Amino acid sequence: MLLSLRQLLRYRALIGSLVARELKARYRGSVLGFFWSFVNPLLSLLVYTFVFTVVMPGIRPQTLEPYALFMFCGLLPWTWFSSSLLEASNVLIAGGNLIRKVLFPAEVLPLVTVISGLVHFCYGLPILAVFLVYYGVPVEPLDLLWFPVIVFAQLVLTAGLAMLVSALTVHFRDVRDLLHNLLTLWFFATPIIYPLAIVPVDVQPLLDLNPFTHLAVSYQEVLFVPGPFTQAWRVAAAGAAAVVAFIAGYSVFDRLRDTLVEEV
Amino acid sequence: MSSAQPAAGSGPLNAIEVRDVRKTYRRYGRRKQFATLKSALLSGRPWRDLQADESFEALKGVSFDVRTGRTFGIVGRNGSGKSTLLKMIAGIGRPTSGSVRVNGRVSALIELGAGFHPEISARENVFINGMMLGMTRREMVRRFDEIVAFAELEDFIDAPVKTYSSGMYMRLGFAVAIHVDPDVLLVDEVLAVGDEAFKHKCLDKLAELRRRGRTVLFVTHQLEMVTRFCDEALWLDGGIARQQGDPQRVVDAYLVEVAARESRQLARADEKRMRSGEVVVDPARDTFKPAEGRPSAGSGRPGEPADMFRAVEGRWGSREVEIVGVSLVGASGEPANVFQSGERVEVRILLRAGKPVGDVVVGIGLFNAEGTCCYGTNTHIDGASAGEIVGDGEARFVVDSLDLVDGTYKLDVAVHRENGTPYDYHRLLYTFRVTSRLKEAGIFRPPHTWSFSGGLRVKGLS
Repeated sequence: MLLSLRQLLRYRALIGSLVARELKARYRGSVLGFFWSFVNPLLSLLVYTFVFTVVMPGIRPQTLEPYALFMFCGLLPWTWFSSSLLEASNVLIAGGNLIRKVLFPAEVLPLVTVISGLVHFCYGLPILAVFLVYYGVPVEPLDLLWFPVIVFAQLVLTAGLAMLVSALTVHFRDVRDLLHNLLTLWFFATPIIYPLAIVPVDVQPLLDLNPFTHLAVSYQEVLFVPGPFTQAWRVAAAGAAAVVAFIAGYSVFDRLRDTLVEEV
Repeated sequence: MSSAQPAAGSGPLNAIEVRDVRKTYRRYGRRKQFATLKSALLSGRPWRDLQADESFEALKGVSFDVRTGRTFGIVGRNGSGKSTLLKMIAGIGRPTSGSVRVNGRVSALIELGAGFHPEISARENVFINGMMLGMTRREMVRRFDEIVAFAELEDFIDAPVKTYSSGMYMRLGFAVAIHVDPDVLLVDEVLAVGDEAFKHKCLDKLAELRRRGRTVLFVTHQLEMVTRFCDEALWLDGGIARQQGDPQRVVDAYLVEVAARESRQLARADEKRMRSGEVVVDPARDTFKPAEGRPSAGSGRPGEPADMFRAVEGRWGSREVEIVGVSLVGASGEPANVFQSGERVEVRILLRAGKPVGDVVVGIGLFNAEGTCCYGTNTHIDGASAGEIVGDGEARFVVDSLDLVDGTYKLDVAVHRENGTPYDYHRLLYTFRVTSRLKEAGIFRPPHTWSFSGGLRVKGLS
């Protein structure tokens, strides 16, 4: 595995170029083009705001204002996470010709989806910043130092799972459909559209088993909740889960590597 | 291997070492063609169910070395394992057992332009493709202009490749792959890209690589490429190395086998047509011109097509005299279906008559694959009077020298009355191939020699 990792490092320029290509090709042919990277999160934010302020205003705790902004803090990283995994589940099959005909490490492909997801995530940040300023949310400057750490933990976690999912899908096409539903469940099992505090106390430990709980809460703490950052243990937990996921995902991928060429 | 011999260059002696390589592809049973996780789990024995229950051995223990700086050709039928072997050498997929060692950077021309993204410009695709093939960004920047110039696509380099014609696409793919500047270049049947001029440029580029001491491994069906360019050749057949060595000898051995196989196939096909014995009329095909001396057009006799010159193949006639067997015998004295141009060939026609018949003419018509009559004659045209037959008899039509050019030919064999009324007419039921080392044009090869005088001198004529 270490050998594979070292080899992968040699291909980092390729990963960079592929990410750039992915971003360019993605919106080619659409009227708004690049703006979709901004518009997409904005639209999903509108949807959730509509649901929680117009349709079911009673559900949200009244102490969390503005609620839309609270949701956005978790929604933005979740979109990165879920869309990367969904895309990764298809990426080896879509790139089958490449894997069969050109010698290069196949894990490049799922990693490219994760990293292009990260770029989209970064495009969403200015919108988040605008809202934070607009609503006058007091963000501790020191807290912001945690932000890249959390993003990095999520990157490693997503990369590990993406490799796992992509390699498994080659052998079991069912993974794709399974993943769709699993991600929906996962979304609702993560405090994104609701704060962790309203979850019954005896259910909370269950949610703590979910690494994305730690990520979501950390994002909310840094960006939304006033006062200094107190959730360092959550970042550590998410980081540990990320490392485990990465090692597990990469070893599975490495083991299945030779079969990918034949099965894809 | 003797270690006393100094290596050709400064590098290692062998660029490629293949040792007893086997490759088994697993196949899943029909029912589990798309093995699903669910089916695996439901069956209660997930691991067993996901095991392959059939396997296919693409390579059955192949060993060979390619010396550094050599050009090495691999020939063989489709499905003989050539491409699998090439992929193992390229490092795409690993052998089931055995080992492959390659010294130096490999570039594989297996599929040109694999990984081009249709939506983005050729410029970006070239960079990405080059990096996929193992070049760094800096190397790509340095070689970019050269690549584009080689592909002759300067004017289109910023257009998305989805707007490219397939020739442009292939040229770009080839240009990138060949400019990787590999120590070992693997080429899988891709030189048929582009027009003649581009093909020449590709061959020049390969020659340049050879001059610079690079190793080239070819897989091709263009055998003359192997005999022209390769220092050594390998013939793969059914996953086994059949022969290795001098390209001409390997190619010849391969051709002999191909001829034998073709001969068997043609014989089988003829037999099948004979047995079905039906007449196929192809109205679109009325280009047959009546050949002189051949029976005139049909006249409503049973089984005979309305216009027999439109009949593609078949059999008709009154059967008072029957053709019971036709065999072609070459110089070997054995029945065959593939002959060398210039070979002595006999057509042996076995006839049988239920009652004695006194008005017998035996005829032969020779057609090429396009349906053009190359030659037609019968015993009457050749000056004989009508023959007679009692019981069984054999007619032999002997051609001392089959002076036809390379190609596939079909035979009409007929026995009929002097006035053309057929007893038994076999139309285009017998197929044979003529092979020739020379790639002449036309149909007929008149025996000829050249002579020169005056200031003209031409060498090398055999």
